[in-house]
Formats: sequence, structure tokens, C-alpha cells
Amino acid sequence: MDEQTLKISKIKDGTVIDHIPPGKALRVLSILRIDDHVENSISIGIRVTSRRLGTKDVIKIENRDLEKFEVDKISLIAPDATISIVSNYEIIEKFPVELPQRILGIVKCSNANCITNMKEPVQGEFSLLSKKPLLIRCNFCERTMNEREITASLI
Amino acid sequence: MLRNKSVVSINDIGDDELSEIFKTAGDMEKVLRSGRSLELMKGKIMATFFYEPSTRTRLSFESAMQRLGGSVISVSEAKSSSVAKGETLADTVRMAEGYSDIIVIRHPMEGAARLASRFTSKPIVNAGDGSGQHPTQTVLDLYTIRKELGEISGKTITVVGDLRYGRTVHSLVMALSRFNAKVNLVAPPILKMPDHVVSMLPADFHLNMTENLSDVLPETDVLYVTRIQKERFSDPNEYQSVIGSYKINLETVEAMKEKSIIMHPLPRVDEISPDVDSSPKAAYFRQANNGVPVRMAIISLILG
Repeated sequence: MDEQTLKISKIKDGTVIDHIPPGKALRVLSILRIDDHVENSISIGIRVTSRRLGTKDVIKIENRDLEKFEVDKISLIAPDATISIVSNYEIIEKFPVELPQRILGIVKCSNANCITNMKEPVQGEFSLLSKKPLLIRCNFCERTMNEREITASLI
Repeated sequence: MLRNKSVVSINDIGDDELSEIFKTAGDMEKVLRSGRSLELMKGKIMATFFYEPSTRTRLSFESAMQRLGGSVISVSEAKSSSVAKGETLADTVRMAEGYSDIIVIRHPMEGAARLASRFTSKPIVNAGDGSGQHPTQTVLDLYTIRKELGEISGKTITVVGDLRYGRTVHSLVMALSRFNAKVNLVAPPILKMPDHVVSMLPADFHLNMTENLSDVLPETDVLYVTRIQKERFSDPNEYQSVIGSYKINLETVEAMKEKSIIMHPLPRVDEISPDVDSSPKAAYFRQANNGVPVRMAIISLILG
């Protein structure tokens, strides 16, 4: 861990989301539905120096585990992020987020004329076409969506 | 091969299946010419749901099923059907499953046929979903090129008109990328092919985008013309100028190779001048006639 990250205090129990692209931390907080009613203690580093990325964002959340769908959503806007699970100041598990091949129920199709945007009993469902640049395809209307469109259409 | 499969996108039809459809459609054409009646689909029922107006596609599907000895039940107008009562497409399809062996759907929204295929074990055939796919039209277009020119590979196909909203051209260009064909896309900027379609095409595909039809006419083997709809333009003058620059007339025909053809998915409005109809290059009515044998082939291979 480099010096800049150390400026953010360690957490006792909870989750660290590291290697978030610079400036995207606020977007990650919104994915985690962290708003002004938050009860956990949270540290956020924006544009801190990183050996690997140059600059990065990092988020540390006390007493919070992430659900799979939340990790999947984070992977769509921060595909190189790593998640550390901390217990009693120790990292007990660390893993990179992974873009799922099938993206289910976390993105709304950006094609307004797609049948999945109607009152039908289906969730948005996409296939991952490419990681870099990020490109996914709706399994219903076959329309592709790029990173900008995906970010605007996260549920 | 195609047995019991849904045909929603042209990508649902593999290369071997496409060859099988071409061969079967050729056989069906012979049967139609001979006047013999078939009983291949005797006792089978096709349900057609057309939530959007259609003349050609609907008639040719229904004719194809009846020529095969099967029968057809249909819902013609969404406003008179359960949709008007707020029923989901998913429920409509689950209901239709009990009434039929194969379901044909045209719907104004993209992805409708794929959704339908998720809610029934009966095969679904997409007869057009919004500005999405129209795979049976694509198969009949490929069949027509092959029949008229001998093969698709190595040919130059120039597609002109509304490349943005025209679903037939999205399916067609995607299919042509599977053959070793060269494609010229000719459209004004406002109607050019959307990025989401272009991004699906292989990187090594010979694709050329231009606004100028006369530049590519001399090398064209197939001129595929589509209808430009007036309502796509906010400025009527722009519509007039676009229509004027892409109108196909005898002069256009003269600029084309001797052994080349003009296709159009029909209906046409002003895009092709009627005096072109008598040219041997005008293949659009022959193309429309291929709709029945091609759909006979697809239905019989799915239910065979």
C-alpha cells in the first residue's frame, strides 16, 4: 500500500474497494445506495496516487458486506477494482471484481423501444462483448451499449 | 438442424442451416410451379400475431403454411386483441402455445420476438420487430441474390436509402458479412447505419460508407433500395433533396453493369421510378415472389 492511501485510516471490519478509476468513487457510492442517510463510517479517497494506476479512488466502508449484484455493478464502471474484506483490521479476503459474461437485472436497456422497457415479466439481460472498451449487447433487442450508456442506465 | 428452433435473428440460422433452407426453397419452387399440392404440414397450425400493419410478409407466411397443407389462425390488429386489454406479450404467447404448433410475430418493439421465445416451447418466427431484425426477409434476399447471380460470395452489394431505421437492411448487412461480399452503404448522414449495427460487423468486412450513389454504381452487382420515410425528416425540403438524389430511374439502370440487379423489400413509394420495372435488372417483384417458397422451406424445416 502506498503512502497516499495510508492517509485514509484503516477500518476494523468491513469492505475496501480499491483501484477505482479516478473520479468514479462517487458513482460507486451511488451504486451502493450510500447517501446522506448513511449510518456506516466511510472513508473516501479521490485521486490518490497509485503506483499501478497513477491516480485512483478508494472507498473504505465499516461494517458493510457487498452483495453479488453490487460487485457486478461496480465491475461495470470500475472493471479493475479490487475488493478486500476486512475483519479485526486484517484483510481476510481480497479479490478483483470480474465482469460477468451474462449481466442480469442491473442495467436497463438504453434502447427506449426495447421490449424489456415495457411491462413484461423480464429483467434487463445483456451479454458481455468486450471488456476494453466495455461493450455489452441486449439479449432481447441486440442493441449494443458502450460504457457511457451503461453508466447512465445502471438500475 | 432447424427443427423446433425459433428464428428470431439472422444469427439464429447457421451457415449449414442457410444452405439447407436454400435447397429446400428451390424444391418448394419446383412444387409450386408444378401445381402439385403438399400435405407436409397437414394437421399443423400456425398462429400469426401482427401487431403492426403488413401485407406482403403476412400474406406470404399464411400462403406458405397453406401451400404446405397446414392451417393458420391469426390476430390481425393489436387494438382488437388482448394487448388492448393490457395483457403482456409473455402472457399472449403462453396462451397461444396451446392453440398452435408455430408462432409468427411482428411487433413494433425491438426484442419482442426474442421475449416471446422465452415464454413458450413452441418455435417463434420473427416477422419483424421494430427497427430490429427481419430474418425471413433476409433469407429471401440472400436466396434472391444467389438465384439471380449464381452466388453471393465475391459480389458487391450497394444498399441505399434508410439505413438507420430500416430493419431489413440491418439483418441483411449482418448476413452479408458472413459471405465474402463487399457492401457499400449509401445514405444521407441523417439516415446512416447506426453504430450499434456497424459495431456488430467483423473488422475485416469490406464495408464502404458513402453519400454518393453514382460513385459506387459501376462496381455494383446488387443495388438494394429501401424506402425513405418522409416522417423521419423534420425539414420537408431536406426530404425532397434526399429523395431526389437517391431516386432510381433509367439513368441509374444505364450506369449499372450489364449483369446486375435492383432489389427492394417493397412497398416502394417514390424510390424507384415505374419505368425501371420493365428492365431485366428490376428483380424486386421476383424477389417478393421468392417469399413464399423461402417461408415454406423455413416452416417445413422447423416443423419437419
